[in-house]
Amino acid sequence: MPLKTMPKSRVRVEAARLKAYFETLGAIDVETDILLPAEVLLDLYGEDIRHRAYVTNDPARGEMMLRPDFTVPVVQTHMDSGADPARYTYAGEVFRKQDDLLDRAAEYIQVGYEVFDGSNPAAADAEVFAAFSDILSPLGLRAATGDIGILMAAVRGLKTTETRRNALLRHIWRPRRFRALMNRYSDKGAEMREENFARVRANMAANNAPAIGLRTETEILDRVMALSTDAAEPSISSSEIELLNDILSLKETVPHVLSALRDIAVDMDAILPAVNQLRARVDALDARGVDVENLEFETAYGRTSMEYYDGFVFGFYAEGRADLPPVATGGRYDALTSVLGHGRSIPAVGGVMRPAMILAVQEGAL
Amino acid sequence: MTIKLGIPSKGRLMDKTFDWFAARGITLKQTGAEREYSGAVEGIDGVELVLLSASEIPRELAAGRIHLGVTGSDLVRDKLVGWDTKIGEMSVMGFGHADLIIAVPKAWVDVDNLDDLDAAASAFRKRHGFRLRIATKYHHLVHEFLKANGVADYQLVDSQGATEGTVKNLTAEAVADITSTGETLRANHLKILTCEPVHKSQATLFKSRTAPWSDADRATMFELKQKLELGD
Repeated sequence: MPLKTMPKSRVRVEAARLKAYFETLGAIDVETDILLPAEVLLDLYGEDIRHRAYVTNDPARGEMMLRPDFTVPVVQTHMDSGADPARYTYAGEVFRKQDDLLDRAAEYIQVGYEVFDGSNPAAADAEVFAAFSDILSPLGLRAATGDIGILMAAVRGLKTTETRRNALLRHIWRPRRFRALMNRYSDKGAEMREENFARVRANMAANNAPAIGLRTETEILDRVMALSTDAAEPSISSSEIELLNDILSLKETVPHVLSALRDIAVDMDAILPAVNQLRARVDALDARGVDVENLEFETAYGRTSMEYYDGFVFGFYAEGRADLPPVATGGRYDALTSVLGHGRSIPAVGGVMRPAMILAVQEGAL
Repeated sequence: MTIKLGIPSKGRLMDKTFDWFAARGITLKQTGAEREYSGAVEGIDGVELVLLSASEIPRELAAGRIHLGVTGSDLVRDKLVGWDTKIGEMSVMGFGHADLIIAVPKAWVDVDNLDDLDAAASAFRKRHGFRLRIATKYHHLVHEFLKANGVADYQLVDSQGATEGTVKNLTAEAVADITSTGETLRANHLKILTCEPVHKSQATLFKSRTAPWSDADRATMFELKQKLELGD
């Protein structure tokens, strides 16, 4: 039966089956509101979420959003409960506008599994992936994995100013701007950096406009100073840029990636802890019976679609159907819990699946 | 059956549209009293004139209630999600030029392009605890543009008029608006970013892909295309 005409009643039955499965793994069933205050989500995801989620206005409560995903309300529920460690499962509708892909569903049921357990992150990552892999195995899906933590560790280890490292980290999830920044801080950007500062100096000399708006003169001068400092600062070395490119282009099976990363770590020891973390995760996956020898790994996987995922990331796809959304996705999102907890970090890893897609794949009706 | 041609019901856009068709041997006329919204077409049979607000033409085309329509390409792209699945562009008309641009206070000596805007937005959010506000009525186009260019830490706030005044009134830090001469921007101490405009708009003749096209309509359309010297 095609995805679009799949009756909701059937999808609900499948969702209940999946949720029951996660309960046997020790997860507690949680419910969250469908109508969520928009403020938290907007602050977290910015303008993108406004264009993906349904926003509505309540004269008393302000802007409200139809639940675009479960992550935020489940994390909030967990933070209020104080339980630690904890495992949760849920099933329910999420709502997404599909501006660019009009044929995709705007309302569909998701089932999820989230693990809040900081005692052994590698083991928790493996636990979530194996749980998904096991229940999805009859479908013959293609699994994709990645680890945003490796790129982040490489950026944090760059021998350059903290300002530059922070600017790159801020754009980890926006490859195009990340690339532009890399170029600007490299040798080929040296001239551009000088020109930038010269341009701003010329603007200052010519400026006779009144200061208007909330952004103050001090803030403007701070940025001018930053541009001046950056123009005087040496470039990030071409060898470091090359290593970053090597890391970004890694796409291989896990054993090959591990050996390539160990080579890179010889010249860039800052990534060692992240590589060791990957190794520990691979061992934990192996111990859970996952075929790690043939597991695909791509360093850049999840960079465009999964802001706030800052470690392990994974997805399961119907083979040969790159046009369809993934059947399941997930990953580690410590950065998100840290923002929601105002600095109080709670290690968290989890994932979601779409029961309607599972049914469709089962029937080969895609 | 007749082909319904929707054109803007007043102002320069209407006059220029009349001129454009007249230059191609088709006379469009407002009939009745000057302010009455009914019209006539001479020079071709089977075409009916419908006078509408320019901002309603995209919606009417998408719904298939009119077959052809003249409006700004900015309105079509901002108001219609997946616009090119519902309507098609037949001809740009060479008037009604206006650019959708992003402007910031001229006093921001450190901001000339999108790199600068992104950096300023990041610092602004840290300092003020909320995202840098850009006032606009073109939410879809501006969001797509900033997303494609990887700008972060901004938010769009709705402004349906007098957008250039929002910075001075402290309801926004920057604006995204249509301009042809930039005069209003300068008068409000704003400058246009040096990047390509978000969208270069001009009056365009569009065709509905959803309207019913009978055989007679198709024949009329063929004749109309010949007169307008448009290919397929």
